[in-house]
Order: sequence, then C-alpha cells, then structure tokens
Amino acid sequence: MTVDETIRQVLTEHARLAVPVETLTDDTDLFGAGMTSHASVNVMLALEDAFDFEFSEKMLKKSTFESIGAIRAGVTEMTGG
Amino acid sequence: MTAARTEPRVMTTSGEVAARMAAVADAVAGPAAADVDERGRFPVETIAALRAEGLLAALVPVESGGGGATLAELSEGLVALGRRCASSAMVVAMHHIQVACLVRHGHSPLLHDYLGELSEHQYLLASATTEVGTGGDVRSSICALEVADGHFRVEKQAPVISYADDADAVLVTARRAADSPESDQVIVLCRPPDLELEQVGEWNALGFRGTCSTGFVLRASGDADSVLGEPYADISTRTMLPVAHLLWSSVWLGIATDAVDLARRFVQSEARRKPGTTPPASLRLAQTTVVHQQFVDMVNSSLARFAAADADPDRLSSIGFSVGMNALKVSASTLVVDIVRECMLICGLASYRLDSPYSLGRHLRDAMGAALMVNNDRIMANNAQMLLVHRGE
Repeated sequence: MTVDETIRQVLTEHARLAVPVETLTDDTDLFGAGMTSHASVNVMLALEDAFDFEFSEKMLKKSTFESIGAIRAGVTEMTGG
Repeated sequence: MTAARTEPRVMTTSGEVAARMAAVADAVAGPAAADVDERGRFPVETIAALRAEGLLAALVPVESGGGGATLAELSEGLVALGRRCASSAMVVAMHHIQVACLVRHGHSPLLHDYLGELSEHQYLLASATTEVGTGGDVRSSICALEVADGHFRVEKQAPVISYADDADAVLVTARRAADSPESDQVIVLCRPPDLELEQVGEWNALGFRGTCSTGFVLRASGDADSVLGEPYADISTRTMLPVAHLLWSSVWLGIATDAVDLARRFVQSEARRKPGTTPPASLRLAQTTVVHQQFVDMVNSSLARFAAADADPDRLSSIGFSVGMNALKVSASTLVVDIVRECMLICGLASYRLDSPYSLGRHLRDAMGAALMVNNDRIMANNAQMLLVHRGE
C-alpha cells in the first residue's frame, strides 16, 4: 500500500467520519468532517502502528491531524520518507 | 432576564480585584449565605454588590472598560467569596469563564463591542453547554445553528443553565450548521430580546443551591457575528476548560479554607478552656493544615502553569497541559471533601449540628458537588485516553 492508501485505511477504521473517506480530498478538514478528538487519538495510534514510528511531542497537536495532507506531511517528516 | 439597572458603578482597577471581592464576601455574601442556601435562591444581593464594584468585568481588558485583572487576582477573590458563600462564588466563577472565552476568542466587531457593553452595564453571563441526549458530553451537540442572511437561529434542550433567569446573556454551544457532525461545534452569544427561555424542572439539590441550575428549552436568534469565530474544540481546550478548572478549584479552596478556619478556632477554644493540655484534635488540625497547604500551592502553581502557557496556542493545546489542568480539577474536588471531612472530625458534633457556630453542613454539601459537576470519572477517562499518546513532557 502507498502512504496515502494506508492513511485512508486508518481513517476508514478509526476516524469515525460522518462522510465516506473516499470523498475526502487532501485538504478536507477532518475535524469538520466529524472526527472527534477521541477518534483522532485512535487515528494517531493506528498511524504509529502502521508506519512503525512515534510522533514527537511537538507534533501532538490538532493541526497535525486536521487533513490527509497534514497527516502525510507529519508521517513523512517522522519516517524520513 | 433582569431588566436594565441603575448606575452608578465604580470601575475597578487591576490589583484591587481580590480585595474588593473579599470586601463584598464579608459584607454581603456571608450574611446572605444561609438564606441563599436554605431557600435555594439566586444570591441577588451579592451579585448586585459585585456589579456596583464593577467586578463582573474584572477580566475584561482595561481598554474595553473592564478591570484588566489576571486570573490569579480573580482566583484570590473567588477564594474569599467561596469562604463566605460557595454558591455566590460558583456563580461568579461560571460567569467569568464565559467572559474569558469572549475576551480571548470573541474577535468580531460585534463581540468586541459587546465586551464594552458588558463592562458598562455589568452584564452577568450564563452558559448552555450540556444538552439533553448527549450523555453529558459537552464536546458534542445535537442542536445546530441555522444561519441565513447574516442571522442565526438556534433551539437547545439544555438540562442545566445555571442562574439563567438572572443572567443578561447566555453563551450556547451548537453544531456549526445543520449538516455539521456532532463534534463540529461553535459558541454563540445569545441575548435578549431574541432569547427565550422556557424552564424545565426545578433545582432542589444537596449543595450549591444558590446556583439555580435548572433545565431550560432555549430559543434564540441574532446577528451571525454573535458566533465566536474559532471552533469550540479550540476554545474549550485553550480557554474554557483550563479557566473553568482554575476558577472552580479556587471556589472549592474557599470552602476548604473556611472549614479549616472553623476547625482551628474550635481547637483554640478547647485549648483556652484547659490551658496546659493540648486538645486531642490539635494533631489532626496540624495534619489537615498540611493538606490544605497542598491545596493552596496546587491552585497557585496551576495558575502559574496557565500563565506560562498562555501566550502560546500550541502549548495551551498540548496534551501535557490538558492532562495537568484535568488533574487539577480531580485533585481539588477530592481535596475539598477530604478537608471538610477532617475538619468535621476535629470539631466533632459541633460541626454536625446545624445550629452551631462550627456547623460544617453547608460546606460538606457544597463540597460533594465538586466531583460531580463534570464528573471526575469522565475527566479521568479523558486523561486516560490522552495518556495513551502522551510523551511525558
């Protein structure tokens, strides 16, 4: 799976969005799409498991998880990919 | 809703807030406390006295006509008020939590102007965050704003709006729009004449009886600029939650402080009766004083933690900060009960009697509410989840 496919799968399983993940663009606001802060914690844990890394303390903020694009940037930064 | 009231009003200045709140506490809130509690009525004379001192705008910046006080100054004033009448102090705390949200997040010209109006007329703000059907989760809403042509409309089934009948406006959470998910919330300022409140039920509770925390069906409309621009999720994390926990803890510290004062006076009266012998309760008083000092220091250090994080939205939004502010609420609400109970053991039956100068009945009843207003179990569940991803700093 590509990075994007993995991110979308994690969102499908854990973000509990009000809309199908397929309808999301890179910059759709995930919190606006119904992701709660509780769900975002699960998204983060699942991302760490899927990509085998840990987000740094400074990345543990809402903006890191606000869109697929932001998540990809965070994952890329932390995995050096 | 209260009608417009008469002037004059003396503007407060920074630095005097705590002393002036303490003066109102001693002169007005204390003498009225028993009646407020017994009848479960709004502490009208205390709020009027604070209003006359300009203290309802204590947190509003000086340039908007307010007192420009810090949270630490307000906290000190709330401790003083909580010592005399915890219901009054809780009303004032809840009001200032709403003021803090407006000051820090009300960026539209309309909301900015409203702060000036609030200062001039000393408006009292109430809050409608909980909703029937959400199971007490304030971070989700069922009701939604209907926004059209620059106006909003909202209807909310609120299980609790404290002192709504005596407030001049209500800050209401709702979904941003009819098609928004439950978690996409905003806060909107709702005020008369476009605010209708239909009371549901009564408030006949064990403690905090003067907060008049009844349920209402709220219907409101108004200019769409009355909606605070930032998402409620951010306002909650950065302001409402930490400020609420700081100010509530200050009120509870006031209750605990008065209980310790009564216990100390009781032990001293025993000591005077038999000079040369140390009263049996004096050791427990010493132990309780240790715990009370922990409480004081915890509130002060939490105020300092907030002040240090204040300028940095990222730090205010950090997991470590939120976990710490939640820990404050759980600790303070637990300590107030522990301390009152210890003070009852110190004073014995004199504290158990309702007609004794050492009675701690009201203290105990008020203190028991602390863990329930936003239930500690819910707060611990939030912390438990945040700790799954916390990095420790």
